[in-house]
Order: sequence, then C-alpha cells, then structure tokens
Amino acid sequence: MISTIVVVGGGQAGAQAVDTLRREGFAGRLLLVCDEPVLPYQRPPLSKSYLSGELTAERLPFRHQAFYEEHRVELRLGLPAVGLDRRARQVNLADGESLSYDRLLLCLGSAARRLSCPGADLPGLHYLRTVADVTLIRAAIQPGSRVVMIGGGYIGLEAAATCRQIGCEVTVLELADRLMNRVVAPCVSQFFAQEHRAQGIHIRCDTRVTRLEGRGRIERVVCADGSEIAADAVIAGVGAIPTTALAGDAGLPCNDGIIVDEYCRTQDEAIFSAGDCTNHPSPRFGRRVRIESVDNAFEQAKTAALNALDRRVAHDRVPWFWSDQFANKLLIAGLSQDYDQEVLRGDPASRSFSVCYLKGGELIAVEAVNHSKDYMAARKLIAQRAQMNPVKLANPDLALKEAVNGTLS
Amino acid sequence: MPRITFIEPGGSRRTIDAPAGITLMEAAVQNGVQGILALCGGACACATCHVYVDPTWLPKLQPREEMEEGMLESAWEPRANSRLSCQIHLTSDLEGLEVTVPQRQGAI
Repeated sequence: MISTIVVVGGGQAGAQAVDTLRREGFAGRLLLVCDEPVLPYQRPPLSKSYLSGELTAERLPFRHQAFYEEHRVELRLGLPAVGLDRRARQVNLADGESLSYDRLLLCLGSAARRLSCPGADLPGLHYLRTVADVTLIRAAIQPGSRVVMIGGGYIGLEAAATCRQIGCEVTVLELADRLMNRVVAPCVSQFFAQEHRAQGIHIRCDTRVTRLEGRGRIERVVCADGSEIAADAVIAGVGAIPTTALAGDAGLPCNDGIIVDEYCRTQDEAIFSAGDCTNHPSPRFGRRVRIESVDNAFEQAKTAALNALDRRVAHDRVPWFWSDQFANKLLIAGLSQDYDQEVLRGDPASRSFSVCYLKGGELIAVEAVNHSKDYMAARKLIAQRAQMNPVKLANPDLALKEAVNGTLS
Repeated sequence: MPRITFIEPGGSRRTIDAPAGITLMEAAVQNGVQGILALCGGACACATCHVYVDPTWLPKLQPREEMEEGMLESAWEPRANSRLSCQIHLTSDLEGLEVTVPQRQGAI
C-alpha cells in the first residue's frame, strides 16, 4: 500500500512528478520538498526574458499556489533535504522535520559548476542557475556596465546576448578554440561567433582565466596570457554538476548522476529519480547518458511517477534542446557523439541551415539554426532510426524525409 | 479580458476568462488545461502547445510565421487550422475564441 510519496526537488522534474502523480490518481499524502524558497518555476527564461526584465517573476512559476492546494500537495519550500535514512524510509529536512515515505522521488537537478581560481570568493562573481542568482545579476548590471562572461556555452552566450541587449559592454571568454564546442559543429560555432561579434560582443576563445582581482570586489579578470579585462560584473557559465549527495551519502550508486534504470528506479526499489541528476540508459543510443534538458526532466519525471505507482513504463526519448541568442534560434535533436559522418544542409550565410550527423548511415542528431522544419522532422527520423542518403541530405531543397533511404519501419 | 474555450483531449469544454496581453498557451497552462504541455515555455521550440483553431476564427489571427510553420509540419496530426498557442497573443478581439487540443503533443 502506497500511502505517502515524497518528491525532493522543485525544478521541472519535481513539479512534473507531483502533477503526474495526482493526474494518475494517487490519492495519498504527497509532499514536495524544495531547497529554493519559491514555487517551482521555469528555468529557461532566466538567462533570457527574465534577465532582460521582459518577463516578471510572477510569470515564472509553472503553477500557482492554488494548484498545489487544490491537489493537496504539501509544500516544504526553502528547506533542503539533508539526510536520507533508507532503512527507516525517512527523509530529514534542514529544519529537523523527518518525512516518512513509501515512495521517494529524487528530482535534485544540477548545480552551477564553481570557479576555483584565486579571487573566485570575491563579490561580483555570479552564477546563473536560480531565480535568486538572476535577481542578483539584474541588480548588478545596467546599461554601460562591463560584463565578462566566463564560458561560451549555452548559458554564457544567452546571458551575453541579453546583457548586450540591455546595453552592457560584454566580453565572452572561452577556454576551448570555439564557442559551444561540446555541443555543436564548427560551422555552427562560427555562425554564432559572427552573430555575437556583429552585435558588439567581444569574443575571445583559447582563453584561460587565471584569477579575478579587485579591492573588496572584482574589478578585473586576468587571463593566462597576462591580459586583463576590466569588469563591473562577472558571470561564470562553466557547466553544471549533478546533485547527488543526498543519494550518494545514503549508499545509492552514483556515477556522473544517480544511477537509475529505464524505469527511473534507483538500486532501492522505493526510490526513483528523474531529471538532470540521473544517469540513465538510453535505449535509442545504446549507452548510459546524463541529459540536462527540460524535455528529459519532464519525461523522466512522468516515467518515475508512473513507476512509483507500480505502472511499468520505460523512458526512451530522443533528447532535444534549444537556445535563443539575439534573433537566432538554435534547435538540436539527438546526440551527436560518436558520429561518423557530418552533412551540412544549406548555406550558413543564408542564416538558416542545419548540420546532420550520421552513424553507419543512420541519423543520430541534427543541429538546426533558424530551421524548425529540419529540427522537427529530425526528432521523428532519429527515433525511427532512419537510414539517410548523404547526397540527398546535402541538398537543402529536398525535405529531410525525402533524403531517407528505403522505407521507414 | 477575452473569454476563451478549450476543448480538451477527453472532450470536455473549459472556458476561461484570460487577461489580454498574455498568450493563449499561458492562459491554458495557468488554468491547467489538459493536453497543453508547453515545455519550452513559449520559445517556439517544442510544438507541445499545439491547438486546432475553430476555422471561423482563423482570419482574426496573425498568420503563422516561418518558424511556427516549420514546427507544425512535423507535429502530431497537423491540419490547416493548426497553431502553436504560444504564438497567439490574446486581445479583446478574440472574445469567444474556441480551440481544440489534439490527442497528443510533440514530434510523434
């Protein structure tokens, strides 16, 4: 008999888990524990419309307070879970409360990776993960402020674009030889570098930050080549680390995320996990993955909730991602690692093109720049394991599905 | 404050008084309309807020832009009256608008 379910974590996954549990008829006691002191909210706008001020804080939450009251979800906001006693089936909260559970869902998310260089403890260094982080950034910048972004990934570039639109002087420092090097093809990196430079952003690749300096607060960023960049605010976007301590300390196996199976179950049959914090099998890609995306958090949370209610449903998705930078939309479907062929469709100069990745002829990923047609078609074709004709694929006048070899299963 | 009706995937009608200025998607999400997922929060990146607009209302809407057009092409069962609700901005002109939520969402 499942009488109490505790969900720990109030991000996309935690919010979806409680939603699914109630929609699927769970009528017992349901608690949502969240270390942030606010109702679960959307994170994607934080680096974009919330940072710019266009979207106000009250439009960030997924659901209003009334939803949680109506569905009898007991909220424990602003309270980190500090301990897990699996034998007693209890979660301990920071205020001393112990919550007993029959099923526990860990939707712990990930945290911004911290800088460790000298000066990283000075005021003026920001991270961009929570609404509180962005509220601080908004207070620290204004038109004319000199903002240095450390890291030229999604977060760094989205925040750089937004700060530039506000009127800041923006410099992006990237350790690798090109922007977003872990997630996109060189021609896509180049396209975005040009777009950002055209808007007046200074971009420096192959640049290692060695220290942050200033009297009482950061005044400049010092790079390995000795150069110094004056800064009123520094924002570090250097990746995320899965939040696993609660699980790991309780003896649950973790390795780049909490280890779960395709049913989002941990090694403990009463404990499930979903979202950024999980390391899970991908049936489509034939290996274990950890995915930081809204869709993965949403879908795994649904799967975890259903399995927590003893309905056997496996998680098998083609991941997808997006990034808005100035007027450009980068849309990514699939995972491009271990591809053996890369095909460009269209001319980057036209500002609408895509890069397709094949493995043994099979479509495994597409990066589409301002090209929603290829992106949406790819999401289907990747799931269907479509075999592609590379010559036809390179012809942007043919629709993606017309470049499929043979017939689809 | 336009009054809008959603026909949910199960067939039930949900009528909502939505403030002008927000999108049709936001009105749906805030009121928990079944079948509108809106995963990307209105970035026109997921096609999970797809609706069928009552054809009599189509002339009153801004036409689909290229990005929305491309998203809908491979959405679940697109039709001539398909729209992404995140791209419809509510105005007082849309008093009485009626839309139907498809059985499924996304690239399926």
